[in-house]
Formats: sequence, structure tokens, C-alpha cells
Amino acid sequence: MPLNFEARDRPSGVVRAVAPVVAIALTGVFGLVLFWLLGHSPVTALHAYFVAPVSSVRGLAELALSATPLVLCAVGLAVGFRANVWNIGAEGQLLIGATCGGGFALMVQDFGGAGPCVLPAMLVAGIGGGMAWAAIPAVLKVRFGASEILTSLMLTYVAGLVLGYAVHGPLRDPDGFGFPESKLFEDDALLPILVAGTRLNLAAPLALGVAAVAWLAMARSLIGFELKVIGVAPHAATYAGFSPRRAVWIGFLVSGGLAGLAGVCEVAGPIGQLTPEFSPGYGFTAIIVAFLGRLHPLGIVLAGLVMALTYLGAEQAKITLGLPEAVTGVFQGMVLFFLLATDGLAHLRVRWRRTRPAEAGA
Amino acid sequence: MADGLATVAVVLAGTLAAATPLVFASLGELVGEKTGMLNLGVEGMMLVGAVAGFAAAAATGTPFVGFLAAAAAAAALAALFGVLTLYLFANQVATGLSLTIFGIGLSAMVGRGYVGIPLDGLGPVAWPFGLAELPVVGVLVFGHDPMVYLGLAAAVAIAVGFKHTRLGTVLKAVGENPTAAAALGHPVRLIRLGAVLFGGAMSGLGGAYLSLVYSPMWAEEMTAGRGWIALALVVFATWRPGRLVLGAWLFGGATLVQLHLQGHGVAVPAQLLATLPYLATIVVLVVISRDPVVIRLNAPASLGKLYTPER
Repeated sequence: MPLNFEARDRPSGVVRAVAPVVAIALTGVFGLVLFWLLGHSPVTALHAYFVAPVSSVRGLAELALSATPLVLCAVGLAVGFRANVWNIGAEGQLLIGATCGGGFALMVQDFGGAGPCVLPAMLVAGIGGGMAWAAIPAVLKVRFGASEILTSLMLTYVAGLVLGYAVHGPLRDPDGFGFPESKLFEDDALLPILVAGTRLNLAAPLALGVAAVAWLAMARSLIGFELKVIGVAPHAATYAGFSPRRAVWIGFLVSGGLAGLAGVCEVAGPIGQLTPEFSPGYGFTAIIVAFLGRLHPLGIVLAGLVMALTYLGAEQAKITLGLPEAVTGVFQGMVLFFLLATDGLAHLRVRWRRTRPAEAGA
Repeated sequence: MADGLATVAVVLAGTLAAATPLVFASLGELVGEKTGMLNLGVEGMMLVGAVAGFAAAAATGTPFVGFLAAAAAAAALAALFGVLTLYLFANQVATGLSLTIFGIGLSAMVGRGYVGIPLDGLGPVAWPFGLAELPVVGVLVFGHDPMVYLGLAAAVAIAVGFKHTRLGTVLKAVGENPTAAAALGHPVRLIRLGAVLFGGAMSGLGGAYLSLVYSPMWAEEMTAGRGWIALALVVFATWRPGRLVLGAWLFGGATLVQLHLQGHGVAVPAQLLATLPYLATIVVLVVISRDPVVIRLNAPASLGKLYTPER
């Protein structure tokens, strides 16, 4: 029986911290091979992908800008993932949050009543929209036992269509030459820029603050402890009287709210209006960010920056090398594959060492 | 009256075609899940199958080669899932998700050169004696391409296989209690790997049906969530191949109804009509999951759980 125990056992903290770095390095190596196979000089590709995008102040600001929605979503997802609550629909919650927050701003604009209160109210509307959208899979899970993985994912497709309907219909700019886009938001409905000459806005420090609060809550509060126990040892959690239903609710409402916040921060930030496809799949990439960051807020901030680079790098590589932007998905998938594989190898080593004394004892 | 009947036959025949990608993908997933392997990478494997099939068919001019390539490419992706989860003890949910993200990116990258290229799709079977010309029955029974029949034949074969063959019993045993199956001398991980590879190949065929038959072309993310609907269908069918085909027909029908409503200019915005298949999936999942006993009695006991062999 010692083997069973060992495969579930987590490798040492050092291994857990090193594995993501190894995974990223392996992805880099395989990426170079891929570029080489596609007929590009690896050095040029490396430069275009990883160096050029962040070699200016503007580039660094763009990196932080792209990392912001990833960190916001991933911090929320990690709360649920710790308790084995699988919200796969952060992308949908992000889109609905943007639709609610943006819709609110457009409504206020139509009444001519802009003011300093618009922006906070928008953020609240975004969080509320994301939470409400996430509450659907939560209630279906708690009340009917329906797989939250599948329902939250189906709702992502629905959310995309709802946003599409909104910008094709009620929220379309009447003077927009028929394009499926809303009016531009007025200044009161836009997040203030932090560094002049860049697009870096207030959302970035907000995301850092959220990560810090999440860190405190998960490490110091009873609820954080409950969620961890439910994830690691569900049976023990039941005996301790911890409610798995509450874990589902907390996991979904926190992640949904933060995804909604990420969405409204995107449209009130770099986008400045509602468009049908403003998100390049931040909600899905955030799943990888959460795992790569070891479900830990600090790790997630670092992982968010790394994954943001895959977006910027792809954009740069598209311009200088003519590579398709889809390379992003390939890289992101590879990072997670290598992370899982590295973890597995770490497990194997642990297992091999520990079987000897067990056998000797038997 | 006869006209009406003919229309109904055409709609039903269209339903069969729309259901075929789901039949293939969900049958493959069902076999994997029966052995305890929950592979959430169906969407990614379907896309890789779709693009590989299209590329191979475009290069050779033979849809048959396209389907072979699709099955092989998607099975290769499934092998990645199998090795990671079975031999490196990775979490099945996380691995499956990364398979889907990877597959979406890979297919878009590979398929970039194929966007907008027309292709002669796979046509209907040339039955002898003018069977396809028969009224109603001709359209409904003899009007399909070979893959529709192959999908249904696979469903029958899998249903019979699980019920009446030794292989089927072994597969089920591995899914219900891998430790006991291993104690009986069955190579649990090899069997699971085989089931995962089969699932991948079937997903690939389902994807290739979209790019070679249903709408013979390649477009990024052309599966539009069918891989996820296939996963939901397996739960809906309570892991039974017969019910699974019925479910796939239901969804094929829903897709077709939605298209027809759009075509007839019904006063509902196109985007909202397009939510129907996804909402239907949710409703169906809720209805079937409502009774936990039904799920517990039918779901393979070790589904999605980590298995570590005892030496």
C-alpha cells in the first residue's frame, strides 16, 4: 500500500517551485525547434518572441497590461481549483462582466449623466455580472449534481453569443457604419492611465492588490483552510464538517466575480468600447496561469507575466516573421504539458526511493 | 402530403449527417471513460483531426486518406494524454484541458495555408439498383455518405462488444476496479492507453467528417464546441452506446432546427438562436444528473481517478 500513498504525495517544495521553471525552459527549447522547422532562424525567432516585446518601457507596460486579466482570472480560479471545483468558464464570466459593466456605462452615457461615480459602478456591475454567470453552474452543481466542467464551458459559448447579440443589436453604435461595435466610452468610464505614453492603467495595481488579499485569505482564514482540506482530503473534510457545497459556491462566486472584473477592466481600459471579440481567450489561458503559478497568488503573478509574453511575442513574431498568432495556443498548451510531465517525473523519483525501506520492512 | 413527407425525410437525413461527428467523438470518449479515462481533450483532438484530414485529402485528392490521417493525428495527440496521465500520474482534468488548448492552437497554425481552399467532399454511397432514388426511403436510408453508416456500425459494434465479448468485460473491469483487474493479471495501463488511443482516433474521424463531408473546408475552431457536447452526450447516455446515438440525433436535430429557423427569418436574433445547442446540452445534463443514483450506478467507478499500479 505505500505506493498509493506516494503517488498522491506531493514532491518537496523545491521541486514544486522548480518544475514551472523547467517547464518554461523546455517550452522555449521546443519552441526554437518548432521555429527552425518552420524555416526561421532560431536566434531571430527567440529575439522576436521573447526579447523585442519587452525591450522598451512601452513593451513592459504592454506586458503588465496583458498580464492583468490573466492574474485576475487565475487568482479566482485557483481558489476553486484548490477545492477541486473546476470552473472552466472564466472566459464566459469575463465576457458577461464586460457586457454588464460596458452596458452600464453606455446606458449612463445615453442619459448624459457621466460623473466620477460611473467607473466604480461599472466595476461593480462587471463583478456582479461575472458572479451571476458563475452562479449558474454553481447552482446546477449543488442542486442537481451536473458537471460544473461541462456547464461552465457551455455557458462560455452562450456568453460569447450574448455579447455578440448585444453589439449587433441593442448596444450597437448607431453612427458606427453598421460595424458590430458599441460607442466609445467617455473619459469618466475609462480607467486612468498610470504611465504617460503607455496604455498601463489602474487595473494592474488592482490585480496585484487582489492577489495580495487572496494570499492572505487563503493562508490565514478558516475558509481558505477548509478549501484546501476539501481539495486534498475530501473524506477528512466531511468528518471535520466542512461543506463541499459551500466550496462550490465560494469557488464559483470568487472566480466569476474576478473574471467579470477582468472583463470590465479590459473594455474600460485598452479597448475603450464593447467589441465582439475583445478577449484573446484570457479566461482559458488563466487556467494554465493558475496551474503554472502553483495555485499560489504570488506564483500566479509571475506566471501571468510569462503567459502574457506569449501573447506579445506572438504579435511581434507575426509582424517580423509572419508567423500565425495561433502559435500562442501551441506555446500555452506546451507549457502545461511540460509542467505536468515534470511533476510526474518528480513523483516517480520520490516513489523509487521510498519503496526500498518499505520492502525491507515487509 | 407526399411533399410534406419528403421534406420530413430530408430533415431527418440532415439530422443524421449533423449527428455523425458527435456519434464518432462521443463513442470514442465512451470507450475511454468505460476504462476510467476522462479525456477533456476531445475538442482539441477533433480540430487536429479536422485539419489533418483536410490537409491529407487536399494533398492526395482522396477523402479516404484524409480520414486515415485524421485518425492517426488525433490518436497521436491522445497518446500524449495517455502517457501523461498513466505513466507520469498527471491530473486527467488538467491534462485534457491542455490537450484542447494545444489542439486549438496547433490546428490553427497548421491550417493557416488551407483557409478558403475548396475541396471535393466525400459523396453519398453509390447503391446499386437505384435504391437512392426510392421515394422517402431513398433519402432517409440510402442517401448518405459511407461515414454515416460507419458511425452507426461502430455504435452497434461497441454496444455488442461491451455486452457480449471478453474484451468488453475486461475494459469494464479496468474501469470499475483497476486494482482488482490488475490483480487478475490484466495490463491495466496498456488497456487504458489502448482505449484512449481509440478515443483519439474516433475524435479525429468526427473532426474530419466536419472538414471533409459536412462542410468541406477548413476554418479555425470549426468544431464550435462539438467536442464538449460529445463529452456531455456520454453522461446523458449514461455510458450506453445506444442512448448515445439517440442523443447525438437529438443534437443533430437541434442544430438543424436552429439553421432552418434562421433560414426562415424567424424574428429571433441569430446569435440567440445559436445558443440553443449549448443551452440544450445544459438542460440535458441537469435532467440526467438530477438523480445521483442513476449516475452512480452507471458511471465507471474509477472515472477520472488517478491509478497507481501496485508492484
